[in-house]
Amino acid sequence: MGRVVLVTGISRDIGRRFARAAAGDPSIDRVIGVDVVPPRGDIGDVSFVRADIRNPVIAKVIAKEDVDTVVHMSVIATPGSAGGRGTMKELNVIGSMQLLAACQKSTTVDRLVVKSTTTVYGSSPRDPAMFTEDMGPKRLPSSGYAKDVYEIEGYVRGFARRRPDVDVTMIRAANVIGPHVSSPLSNYFRLPVIPRVLGFDPRLQFLHEDDLMRVLTHAATRAVPGTFNVAGDGLLTLAQAVRRLGTPTVAMPRFAVGRLGATMRQARLSDFSPEQLGFLTYGRGVDTTRMRTQLGFEPSYTTAEAFADFCRSVRADAHAPERVREGVVRA
Amino acid sequence: MPDEARSSQEDAVVIPIGTGGRPGRGTGSARPSSAARNLSAARKPAPTPAPKRPRKKPSKPAEPSPAARARVDESTTETSGPAAAPTSTGAPTAGIPVGDWLAALQGAAEEIFGDDWERRAAELMAFARRRLEGDYEVDDYGFDRELTERFFMAALRPIAEKWFRLEVRGLENIPAEGGALVVSNHSGTIPLDGLMTMLAVHDHAHRFLRPLGADLVFQMPVVSSLARKGGATLACVEDAERLLSGGELVGVWPEGFKGIGKPFSERYKLQRFGRGGFVSAALRTGVPIIPLSVVGAEEIYPLVGNMPSLARLLGVPYIPITPFFPWLGPLGMVPLPSKWILEFGEPIRTDAYDAGEAEDPMLIFNVTDQVRETIQHTLFDLLRDRGGVFS
Repeated sequence: MGRVVLVTGISRDIGRRFARAAAGDPSIDRVIGVDVVPPRGDIGDVSFVRADIRNPVIAKVIAKEDVDTVVHMSVIATPGSAGGRGTMKELNVIGSMQLLAACQKSTTVDRLVVKSTTTVYGSSPRDPAMFTEDMGPKRLPSSGYAKDVYEIEGYVRGFARRRPDVDVTMIRAANVIGPHVSSPLSNYFRLPVIPRVLGFDPRLQFLHEDDLMRVLTHAATRAVPGTFNVAGDGLLTLAQAVRRLGTPTVAMPRFAVGRLGATMRQARLSDFSPEQLGFLTYGRGVDTTRMRTQLGFEPSYTTAEAFADFCRSVRADAHAPERVREGVVRA
Repeated sequence: MPDEARSSQEDAVVIPIGTGGRPGRGTGSARPSSAARNLSAARKPAPTPAPKRPRKKPSKPAEPSPAARARVDESTTETSGPAAAPTSTGAPTAGIPVGDWLAALQGAAEEIFGDDWERRAAELMAFARRRLEGDYEVDDYGFDRELTERFFMAALRPIAEKWFRLEVRGLENIPAEGGALVVSNHSGTIPLDGLMTMLAVHDHAHRFLRPLGADLVFQMPVVSSLARKGGATLACVEDAERLLSGGELVGVWPEGFKGIGKPFSERYKLQRFGRGGFVSAALRTGVPIIPLSVVGAEEIYPLVGNMPSLARLLGVPYIPITPFFPWLGPLGMVPLPSKWILEFGEPIRTDAYDAGEAEDPMLIFNVTDQVRETIQHTLFDLLRDRGGVFS
């Protein structure tokens, strides 16, 4: 008897790909994907249920399908895709609360995996070089994605207290990067000219998209309760990253970068959020000792390798028009 | 044998390129004209092999000594004299001959890189390429070892040796390996003493000192990225313990801004040593504490005044007024050339205490005071030793 896994946020690329990967895992019997809009791509053996995690219908889905593992990954990072900050907050926080309420009532659920992010640690000049799981942010996030994730983590901890019989695994993933990822950070690196904050060289840590899939499957198929930082080994500084990418950069004062980001957000050119500005000024590093010792997970890409893989995809995109032209000429 | 000698003499005649299109002597045919042979025979043979080499085989520098180079220049200019004479009708001025340029370049390369200049130049090119392609490593704290060694240390070395005439004592107290905590007095208006300590530890003890800096350092643009690249990290318990348990040599300046920004009248009087956080970090990781006394940094910028309201406006702890700054502008930022002495004291061992005692505030205060007293007394001894400020 394998496990029945419910995946939230399946309409987004990373959720869909995880659901497909999980469906291929031999120890998982069935995968049910839940979202308000159907996924765009191929979902293979995953059965899709159209439900909104913001209303109590989700509890019925869990009960009817005998779900024993819930993988929550519908926390969205940017308001752009949701249609405004209000909707984003509602989706993230109210959605998570409803999901946790449904899990608490359920008798079948015995494992909960939450995809969180290292963004909860924030970025400030008072940060230690490496955050461990026991540390919190130096300054509580006041808005945006970081605040949502911080609040969701609080609700998840509350749930873990109330239902000690459920294994709750919280994966704090570093910035996910890879050829298929579309995140604020990957869009930033895809800009034709990269704006940088003058006089700062932040340390960045990346997690390859394949490793994110692997670690979520790892957590969904094993009982490993706890909170874990997950990131590729090593660090890259922003200067190193853009030089490896080979994109021209322009350094400007912090307020100018913030202004530019706001303008680009208004013009719907990019989702450059305030917490991202902090990250690109002060950077962040997380300690992954516990990932190895307790979670028993080994990422297959280091930070540098994950970024190299991303660089290859960016270069391939840049040469795409040329390739089309070559194809036309050949035809 | 005589044939060989002759051929070497023939080769020795340097005909500069740029003779205006007309073939000069020695360029057209394998055998030079008799006039050329006469000219070379008239010259003394010893310096003549030197000038041929830069042109034909730049891979092997002939003689590195400046005297030899001077002779090279002499002979090239002499040979270019008669060569230029017949061509002057064709092209009046052909500029400096290419051969001279090459010889000058090689001379410059030798001057900068020394004997094995070719290998060193190749290394420098490889270094530049790695920097431009981002193909270098940084550690968890953002420490860029290569840049620090090649760039920061090289830039600080002349200041330390020629300007401050750094004298380092008690080097045997720095352990060759394993974690240790260097605790030093702080002075000098801007933290040059930290940089000089890093250089002294690197050059004499062949280890990297990892300084712990105030959060202001990591707030300031440029300074923050340079600090991280140079191996600094934030002065907090987490980072201190992580570095020390990783076997690094860590430097702290517990006086902080109180020490560095104190008026000149209070020079060499140690300020309060914070809350003793550095002692508890050392106790918990069981590493020795090495007291370091720095004499000389107090006099580099004698702080006679402060602009507190402007400082508050800019969010910095103080804005110094020295006898030269801000009156002389940038010139006032040149530090006075005081004589520096750094003395590393005997290590204070902490491994005798167990980890639980790191929570004992009385013990922490006692050890803090012990370190403070040691540094203060050493400072007085060193001042007596030094004699004059600029001696």
